[in-house]
Amino acid sequence: MPHLRLFAASALVLAAALCVTVGCRSSGSRSSSARASTTPVPPGAAFAPIARVLRHPRCLNCHPSGDRPHVGDDRRRHAMNVQRGPDDHGYPAMHCATCHRPANQDAALVPGAPHWHLAPRSMGWEGLDDHDLARTLKDRSMNGDRSLAALREHIAEDPLVLWGWDPGVGREAVPTPHAEFVDAFDAWIDAGAPTPPAGTTSTF
Amino acid sequence: MQIRFTLNGRPTSVDATPDTPLLWVLRDTLGQTGTKFGCGRALCGACTVHVDGAAVRACSFPIEYAKDKDIRTIEGLEASATGQAVVDAWIELDVVQCGWCQPGQCMSAAALLSADARPDDAAIDRSMSGNLCRCGTYPRIRAAVKRAAEILAEGGGR
Repeated sequence: MPHLRLFAASALVLAAALCVTVGCRSSGSRSSSARASTTPVPPGAAFAPIARVLRHPRCLNCHPSGDRPHVGDDRRRHAMNVQRGPDDHGYPAMHCATCHRPANQDAALVPGAPHWHLAPRSMGWEGLDDHDLARTLKDRSMNGDRSLAALREHIAEDPLVLWGWDPGVGREAVPTPHAEFVDAFDAWIDAGAPTPPAGTTSTF
Repeated sequence: MQIRFTLNGRPTSVDATPDTPLLWVLRDTLGQTGTKFGCGRALCGACTVHVDGAAVRACSFPIEYAKDKDIRTIEGLEASATGQAVVDAWIELDVVQCGWCQPGQCMSAAALLSADARPDDAAIDRSMSGNLCRCGTYPRIRAAVKRAAEILAEGGGR
């Protein structure tokens, strides 16, 4: 089968040429590491995959900068005049737990997870660029006095965070697999949790 | 699954699948039809009941969560001073038009007054906005909540 051998050889030559020209995507992580030794990693690159997740509607809807939660993939304002309340759990007769249970209620299309509530106002992320988002995340006066290790535990294990990857019927899950998100968080911590420069807003 | 709870002060037990909404159990299994079905999606408030004193939408409350809880419905609202004051104020001001939403309105009003004895307009709006009324009785509801607060302050409401 000489024609098959010729075809295979041609394919290898073509593939090698493509790798030289545009880079081998299949070995992207190793190529990135190789580049890192000669080219500085762009400032903020370590935080970008984290910022994308934090800015997804599953996270941002309950991390508003104001006093009203949002709902849905289009981040519309929560109906029924739902507001933050004094303890981030709503007002009497309109507490989050008035409707939200510890698990999704798919028949009623009501999302749910344990201790469903708004993030504190100091953890409102709307309108922040990556710089301010990272700064807010790390600042213990704003993040509930959490160390980086405690933050890592929060994003890795808190069932309210994990809900973002199991949001029930009618809502998009966070596209980044949760394990990848945790890995990215670990990598950011290992890099010294750098604050990205101002002006960048990483999204999916 | 056998689930035991207290309904309006009476020990109650039902055999139901865990995800059966409390509203279904109340109306279809126990015949307590004072609590109304409105939307079935926790959007209108017609099915509001109290679970351990807190307002809850019964249509989105699987019965498994009722285990060992104290459930109170419109049929048992008058057992408390706050509930009695709400019912008295509702009758005094003739709040009701068609009436379908009013059991839920009364349950939310009682939950509000249990937490805030003298709610102002803003507080009433914040706490009652999850209870819709297609007849538009909102002005009378707001007035009745304030009247119930007065009744309680005067030592009424039983």
